[in-house]
Amino acid sequence: MISAVSFQNVSRRFGAVRAVDDVTLDIEPGEFFAMLGPSGSGKTTCLRLIAGFEQPDGGHISIFGERADGVPPYKRNVNTVFQDYALFPHMSVGENVAYGLMINGTGRAERETKAKDALAMVKLGGYETRRTAQLSGGQRQRVALARALVNNPKVLLLDEPLGALDLKLREQMQDELRSLQKDLGITFVFVTHDQGEALSMANRVAIFNDGKIVQAGTPQDIYERPKSKFVADFVGSSNVLSPEFASSHGGVDRWTSLRPEKIGVHGVRALVPAVHASADGIITAINYQGAITRLTVASEATKLTASVPPGSGGFRQGDSVRLIWPKSAMQAMDADA
Amino acid sequence: MSAPAAKSNSGERGGVLETLSDVFVNRPQLLTLLLLTPPLLWIGIVYVGSLFALLLQSFYSLDDFSGLIVREFTLSTYAQLLEEANVQIIVRTVVMAALVTLACAVIAFPIAYYAARYAKGGMKALFYLAIMMPLWSSYLVKVYAWKLILAKEGILTFVATSLHASWIIDGLLAMPVIGGPSLSFSYIGTFLVFVYIWIPYMILPVQAALERVPASYLEASADLGAEPRQTFWNVIFPLALPGIIAGSIFTFSLTLGDYIVPQIVGNSRFMIGQAVYTYQGTAGNIPLAAAFTVVPMVIMGFYLWGAKRMGAFDVL
Repeated sequence: MISAVSFQNVSRRFGAVRAVDDVTLDIEPGEFFAMLGPSGSGKTTCLRLIAGFEQPDGGHISIFGERADGVPPYKRNVNTVFQDYALFPHMSVGENVAYGLMINGTGRAERETKAKDALAMVKLGGYETRRTAQLSGGQRQRVALARALVNNPKVLLLDEPLGALDLKLREQMQDELRSLQKDLGITFVFVTHDQGEALSMANRVAIFNDGKIVQAGTPQDIYERPKSKFVADFVGSSNVLSPEFASSHGGVDRWTSLRPEKIGVHGVRALVPAVHASADGIITAINYQGAITRLTVASEATKLTASVPPGSGGFRQGDSVRLIWPKSAMQAMDADA
Repeated sequence: MSAPAAKSNSGERGGVLETLSDVFVNRPQLLTLLLLTPPLLWIGIVYVGSLFALLLQSFYSLDDFSGLIVREFTLSTYAQLLEEANVQIIVRTVVMAALVTLACAVIAFPIAYYAARYAKGGMKALFYLAIMMPLWSSYLVKVYAWKLILAKEGILTFVATSLHASWIIDGLLAMPVIGGPSLSFSYIGTFLVFVYIWIPYMILPVQAALERVPASYLEASADLGAEPRQTFWNVIFPLALPGIIAGSIFTFSLTLGDYIVPQIVGNSRFMIGQAVYTYQGTAGNIPLAAAFTVVPMVIMGFYLWGAKRMGAFDVL
């Protein structure tokens, strides 16, 4: 099967900085693909390489089997939703949406119909004649989405699409984007630094660090089986256990990830069930976060974080506790990095 | 909210300045009024008032026998404007101003575009210096310098002759209407000097307008399939248009009213500024001078109205 987007050993340098460093990647047609990483990790540059705003210094990019390196953005059947939306201020909402159609010479009547349909699809029916300055952030986001989708792109690129929205709106847009992607069947590639967003929206995630992909896989895969300290730390929060601690507490002699929600907090005399491991310690901090409470427990020289449902136990700072977790929850990692 | 209340109730603040600043903080309108009164008086009396006096003068007339101004309302002065010689002056000036504006826009755009999009740091400082520096030297000096450059014995002719290209200048000067005995005695010379002198007034507003166009607009346009040429006409140009209009207001109106450049560099045919200068000076015909002065104002009024109709200010 032909990949929607294929990177082969792609590099992009800015001066001495290797923004994208020898990245090989295949995105399948119809995927909702997330590029996740801290700022400066190369994820946005990868997106811009797909869009054609950047050209690779090395390697090859193809889009649905066609060589894309050297092809300018206006000759690619790929559309982008920009981080700042980049709506044209001198055009109405309808004209913005119809821009791509106007450029490719679609007749006025047809492009007006199509723009209308696209706006209805993003639930902005009847907004055609508004000026973009009159719209809220969430509405601009939808216009930008309609403007990209009206051209029927083979791949839709989204650059931090929800970054500027408030929490409630962000959750709503996450749902809408997901159902839109499912309905249209278009390959979506989106860039985010929000791991929650990546895990909840995408069906595959690539984690970027220092211009390289450090791990790619399904959200479950990434979360349950992080391959490196970086991934364990960046995706969700995790207890990264030293090889010594891990090997003496039911694991192997490797750096090991243990998710806080896998750890049960019990009284010091609690029995440790079979295939479980334990550590005794003292609560040094309690951090109430609403849906969960995070307890920081010092066990010997190691600090462990456990998250428990609110109201469980009535723990207090200084209490001695026994932490118990299934051995299977300990994920040994390949890399030291 | 309780903190500021406690402060003002504590009574610890004293002194005239503190009391005064408290009054201003509590009554922002008072401060606005105080700040606005002097400039409003200036604009109202000195500026608008003198304009009004000028307008009034244009409705008086000159008694041909006594040479005195008849202070009675009449439209005869404006009727004089429509005499053929005066209409020619007006048409000549407007055509010159329009051509100068067009040339300034065409030359300024690439310079402004480069400065807004590509120049960084030191290059940008150099750009501002290069654009502003001519404005620091005297206008008269520059115009006289141009007269020497363009003169028959001047450097331009000299260079052209040494390059065996004097036929270009000769050809230009042989052309009807715009030609003449030498560049400094022709409309070509007047035009060149006008373009030189006013071009900073076009570059700066265009650059400011282009500076406000984020790179993402250009990327979005390309992303939606527009070739660079299409991006230029559909995105860059419309967004730069308010800047071009702002610049053209300068170049157009400055050319309409100027009386020094055409007098020093050019043939002896009058432009509006020279007509005003002559009528209010040696001829003592203040009413006709005033009527001539109203012409550029009316033209600019129509110009701005037309620009607004064309949507040039929609982005603002």
